[in-house]
Amino acid sequence: MSLEKNQPSATTESSTLSHSANPGIQLETFYYDNKTVKLFAYATLFWGLVGMTAGLWAAFSIAYPQVNLGWAPTTFGRMRPVHTNAVIFAFVGNAIFCGVYYSLQRLCKARMWSDRLSKIHFWGWQALILLGAITLWAGFTQGKEYAELEWPLDIALTLLWVVFGANMLGTILKRRVQHLYVAIWFYIGTWVAVAMLHIVNSIAIPTSFLNSYSWYAGVQDALVQWWYGHNAVAFFLTTPFLGLMYYFVPKAANRPIYSYRWSIIHFWSLIFIYIWAGPHHLLYTALPEWAQGLGTVFSIMLIAPSWGGMLNGLLTLRGAWDRVREDATLKFMVVALTCYGMATFEGPMLSLKSVNAISHYTDWTIAHVHVGALGWNGFLAFAMLYWMMPKIFNTKLYSKKWANTHFWLGTLGIIFYVIPLYTAALTQSLMWKKFTPEGILQYQFMETVTTIQPMYVLRGIGGLLYISGLILMIVNLVKTVRSGKLVANEESQAAPLPKNYESHGKKEHWHRWIERRPVQLTVLSLIAVGIGGIAEMVPTFLVKSNIPTISSVKPYTPLELHGRNIYIREGCYTCHSQMIRPFRDEVARYGEYSKAGEFVYDHPFQWGSKRTGPDLARIGGKYPDSWHYNHMLDPTSMTSGSLMPSYPWLFTDRIDKTKTYSMIKAMKKLGVPYPAGYENEANKDIDKQAEKIKQSLAKDKIKVSKNDEIVALIAYLQRMGTDIKNEKKEGSALK
Amino acid sequence: MSVMLILLGASLVVSLIFLAAFIWSVKDGQYDDDYTPAHQIFFEETQNSK
Repeated sequence: MSLEKNQPSATTESSTLSHSANPGIQLETFYYDNKTVKLFAYATLFWGLVGMTAGLWAAFSIAYPQVNLGWAPTTFGRMRPVHTNAVIFAFVGNAIFCGVYYSLQRLCKARMWSDRLSKIHFWGWQALILLGAITLWAGFTQGKEYAELEWPLDIALTLLWVVFGANMLGTILKRRVQHLYVAIWFYIGTWVAVAMLHIVNSIAIPTSFLNSYSWYAGVQDALVQWWYGHNAVAFFLTTPFLGLMYYFVPKAANRPIYSYRWSIIHFWSLIFIYIWAGPHHLLYTALPEWAQGLGTVFSIMLIAPSWGGMLNGLLTLRGAWDRVREDATLKFMVVALTCYGMATFEGPMLSLKSVNAISHYTDWTIAHVHVGALGWNGFLAFAMLYWMMPKIFNTKLYSKKWANTHFWLGTLGIIFYVIPLYTAALTQSLMWKKFTPEGILQYQFMETVTTIQPMYVLRGIGGLLYISGLILMIVNLVKTVRSGKLVANEESQAAPLPKNYESHGKKEHWHRWIERRPVQLTVLSLIAVGIGGIAEMVPTFLVKSNIPTISSVKPYTPLELHGRNIYIREGCYTCHSQMIRPFRDEVARYGEYSKAGEFVYDHPFQWGSKRTGPDLARIGGKYPDSWHYNHMLDPTSMTSGSLMPSYPWLFTDRIDKTKTYSMIKAMKKLGVPYPAGYENEANKDIDKQAEKIKQSLAKDKIKVSKNDEIVALIAYLQRMGTDIKNEKKEGSALK
Repeated sequence: MSVMLILLGASLVVSLIFLAAFIWSVKDGQYDDDYTPAHQIFFEETQNSK
């Protein structure tokens, strides 16, 4: 504060140049906007409950398939994207905005730049979430994890992100504190990175209002997706929360951050390293080895900044540990930081190829991400709300005892969630890899699932504990809010910053306006340049793809394409992978390992990341059509004990052949070599191929209409992974 | 792996933005004082700061 006293200051923000010589300190009075903070806090609680309940539903539907209800919106494949999107963008998203709107105003000693933008940002974001949930339940999805929202919503998200950025940067520009506290750096870093990731990964060709195909195919799509997917964790779940940590932990502990210097190093090293770690999600896949290595190396390096940050937070509590015993807010923070530390140690370990060989496709990944989500994001958000809500309502927390109970329910919830999943993961992975002395696989896939099924039940109980804690918190905060009154506009005073442009001492020139708004203009122009640049670069680089091609790999037939749309719509990728890694057990179980060239027409790729069910990369031709027919109608009829939901609507809903034209047209635009004018002929081929499947089913005494969706799905399933077999035949025929 | 060019390009663009921000922050004197900022967040003059 003493620094500012020596500086000349202007009376008001609108003061003219002539005031520059005015001596003395004139404090400005201004008001913090607590109303928007309150709204974001309410939204955090509401969507937290919705998103976690969807997660609980999904968890129990794996343990007990009846929970899927035989109704499309409640099946795991649709519930899971609703859960992940709601928890990431709705719960954590609103918590970020809540914390940023609270702390940024106080760190800048300024009200948010524009009340109108705050309003648009808040209501726009809630509308986006609501539409997102509805469309995902209805089956409109781009089929890429955490990026499922269809293109109109992707565009809306981009615009809302710009609104948030403009409001944030506007506030930073009119700040009354010269120094940008480290939390603000984390907020800015978040904004820049998320904007880029979202735009690059979401580029797609629309085929209709709520359907589109990813611009990238196969290996390339996988690389872009996990570059995005990993950084969604990095820049949506981590950097903004670190910013919040750097504000709320010192405030709640009433102690300055342990080392401010560390925090600066933490920020810059973290953002520079994080962006490269994505390929560790694709170890042992068809992604080129050097790219996998790059991802691993950067992932290992991430331990340093991550742990630096964690220790900086924990050491801030030095000398305050006696208070941690009493204060639920601090307890939540300690566990949040500990979970951050555990997750950021585990992450690099899982990026080691030898560990990943065991952990990938198992529940280990799910446990890992929930240590982060429940522990780090959840607990830090709870701590923030417990600390902040009484403040903006000018009252005290209704019940400290309840907050402590919440802490224990949450902590036990996390433990009961993750330990069963770690056990399940190791057990299942080792069973998958086990051979008998005679050299054949010891366990059927189904046996490995039945073994870990009790763990899924325990995991659900952990989730239930965690949610009951959240409900207790909501009740506690409602009672707190009722006992106080919102200070919608909180008065504060500070001296303004000296205006830099006064030192020029020249008359006002048109260019001055730009000089005073450099950041806004830089950012806006960067967005413009970025979008333009990407739009130009993408076609240039992608039309001629240079993945090693396999001559026998041909584009999907239109019927298979319809089937693939159904596969994507039902979220099959949430439980089934399409990527056989080059391991003895996987080749023995699923067939020849997957090659990069097999996926050149896969817009989007559907490699998946989890094997709740078996890999499907070479499912084609493995079973007769009638097997698939019966299996989709009632999985347990073909596989006793199966946890897969049944899909009765596929047997009554019809293939929408009016969409064929735009589907083929879009694929052609993406470089898929269909013959000229094929979009007009495609429906004839659908009839021919569907007729064949109808005949083959008739042989097994099954009657279908050839326009039933199940026919298209069977066509796709029977095609999967078969092209490469044709190559061998071609090869042997030549001999 | 032509898509690598896009990712490299996009990542480098963002890295350059961060680099520019870093250079600006150092030149602006944001880090000249690493003692005051940690304490400054505790000075609040509002009607209900207690």
